[in-house]
Amino acid sequence: MLEIKDLHVSVGGKEVLKGLNLSIGAGEVHAIMGPNGSGKSTLSYALSGREGYTVTSGNITYEGQNLLEMETDERACEGIFLAFQYPVEIPGVNSSYFLKAAVNAKRRYRGEPEMDAMEFIKLVKEKMRTVGMKQELLSRCVNEGFSGGEKKRNEIFQMAVLEPRLAILDETDSGLDIDALRVIAGGVNQLRSKERSMIVVTHYQRLLDYIQPDHVHVLADGTIIKSGSKKLAVELEEKGYGWLDKSA
Amino acid sequence: MSTDEQKIRELAQKEYEHGFVTDIKADTLPPGLSEDVVRTISAKKNEPQWMLEWRLDAYQKWLKMSPPQWPHLHIPPIDYQAISYYSAPKQDNGPKSLDEVDPKLLETYDKLGIPLEEQKVLAGITDMAVDAVFDSISVKTTFTKQLKEAGIIFCSMSEAVHDYPELVKQYLGRVVPKTDNYYAALNCAVFTDGSFVYIPKNTRCPMELSTYFRINAKNTGQFERTLIIADEGSYVSYLEGCTAPIRDENQLHAAVVELVAMENAEIKYSTVQNWYPGDETGKGGIYNFVTKRAECYGNNSKVSWTQVETGSSITWKYPSCVLRGDNSVGEFYSVALSSLSQQADTGTKMIHLGKNTSSTIVSKGISAMRGQNAYRGLVQINKSAEKARNYTQCDSLLLGDTCGAHTFPYMEVKNPTAKVEHEATTSRIGEDQLFYCRQRGISEENAVSIIVNGFCKEVFKELPMEFAVEAQKLLSISLEGAVG
Repeated sequence: MLEIKDLHVSVGGKEVLKGLNLSIGAGEVHAIMGPNGSGKSTLSYALSGREGYTVTSGNITYEGQNLLEMETDERACEGIFLAFQYPVEIPGVNSSYFLKAAVNAKRRYRGEPEMDAMEFIKLVKEKMRTVGMKQELLSRCVNEGFSGGEKKRNEIFQMAVLEPRLAILDETDSGLDIDALRVIAGGVNQLRSKERSMIVVTHYQRLLDYIQPDHVHVLADGTIIKSGSKKLAVELEEKGYGWLDKSA
Repeated sequence: MSTDEQKIRELAQKEYEHGFVTDIKADTLPPGLSEDVVRTISAKKNEPQWMLEWRLDAYQKWLKMSPPQWPHLHIPPIDYQAISYYSAPKQDNGPKSLDEVDPKLLETYDKLGIPLEEQKVLAGITDMAVDAVFDSISVKTTFTKQLKEAGIIFCSMSEAVHDYPELVKQYLGRVVPKTDNYYAALNCAVFTDGSFVYIPKNTRCPMELSTYFRINAKNTGQFERTLIIADEGSYVSYLEGCTAPIRDENQLHAAVVELVAMENAEIKYSTVQNWYPGDETGKGGIYNFVTKRAECYGNNSKVSWTQVETGSSITWKYPSCVLRGDNSVGEFYSVALSSLSQQADTGTKMIHLGKNTSSTIVSKGISAMRGQNAYRGLVQINKSAEKARNYTQCDSLLLGDTCGAHTFPYMEVKNPTAKVEHEATTSRIGEDQLFYCRQRGISEENAVSIIVNGFCKEVFKELPMEFAVEAQKLLSISLEGAVG
């Protein structure tokens, strides 16, 4: 469902991704691991179409379509969801209002009627149970005054509501203690399905104990230098990224 | 890029939905200003001698004054002889009932969504008494009878001069003296109509009072005058809305609003100003040069100004409070948007005289396209104002890199027991916020509107419910195409 071929991406004139290839099938969970500065976040942003992440060559095919021709919001409406490493605060904007705007933007895009307040509340309540989210957070402003764990949980909650086909989790484990990690991973696992593919970007193997990937890729200096099964992650944890530099 | 620009231009032009002209027979004075014109206006309104003398005095004073040079505005010279100072829809002696109001006028207000038919209001569509001012005169005030039963006076200023001369004589020009400033002095000489409100002692006004100002005629100025008196222990919430047709020439709107709050009285004054803003090159639009001031005269009185300013090509306006009574409270909540080529220099003055007086200022300035937005505020704590407090929060938001935001806060503290706080921020609309919204599927335009509305939330929550909804919509419309 996602095919990345020889992708080169520059940020601020500096090439960060240098010929990356990746193929993801429907329902698969791929982990992308790598040291700091290897280009993990750049890949997440390039896929979701963030301004300033310029694709200089290569192509990305998503569900048979040329992803690079789509606007950021179009990609989202087509089912790409990014769970942010640092979720953004939007002061004065109520969380549930924000989420309803997102849900209805997607529905409008698909030519479906907008959801009314009652339907929306029903949907939200159901999804809140899925990811164990406190209702109280919904009445606050988007991410404002949320703890680190609450912010990350809110991302997974939004993902549950928006039901993406490709979810990119960008360092969702960073800054979480083990209990929060377990809860959030539990939420993610609930959202795994045959139709939903996931890219789990992480620095540590620890998250992969809870979210079991089908494939593990190691990203270093802008390209994938090794791919393998879950075992690769364990090996990395033991030997460190330096091990691969030598073997490569 | 050029298609983007074109899109912006198209949007900017289609934006202003109140830009239509009503084709109506009008009694309009030829352009020009002289003592004779002042006399003619007074005669047309069949005014008593004292009123005419008051006007003539103001006119003589105005002749010796000059416009303020200190605002951060570029105001092209105004030819005061090219303006017509009076234009009224033709009808004899004013309508006695709705049936006598020209249907074209009713249509106009219908189009604008302003209910002038009391039946509609009674049917529960809205709960609001309306005074409609069309060009120079008030065409219809609703619910006067019901309000009168509660002892409340809500009528046009012209009627008040005739029917309640003692109240008018006592209060007119008391809060804003004739020589307060150039535009106020001009208003004193040539003001044509406006609203008059008196709330008797210990009375809570049972409905929102509202005045709707509409400029229709070409080359005319609108000079309205509003006076609200809240007697001891009373309460009133007053709303004001404004629109005008799209015209290539600039039109002058120089109003004066005076509020007086007696002991334990409270006045809440809300404005949604949506005069025609001109086009993106700065052609056309209303010059909105307005003097608004409240006097918290009695102890424990309170006045709250809330304004949402999205229209006008140039805005010069500082709704202020003179906190004379002990424990009196003044508030100013403002959202001012400058897009297209709009310029705004707006803010407030809080003059603390009484003991334990407190004031709150929350100003949200938004600049987009080639808009220039300035906040100008004065907090003055006088010697007598023992333990006075002020809190000021002044935030500016910039969209794009061709606009400007400016802040001019002044503080004069003459009493050492005063507590004055000032917080100010200037920020660009965050790329990270926009990306976050868009990654959730929200279009860029809606994302901007959501973020800006969030930025203004503290002000919007001060508005009466229906007005808050209108203000949000207005802001979204005014922002369409402002980000390319």
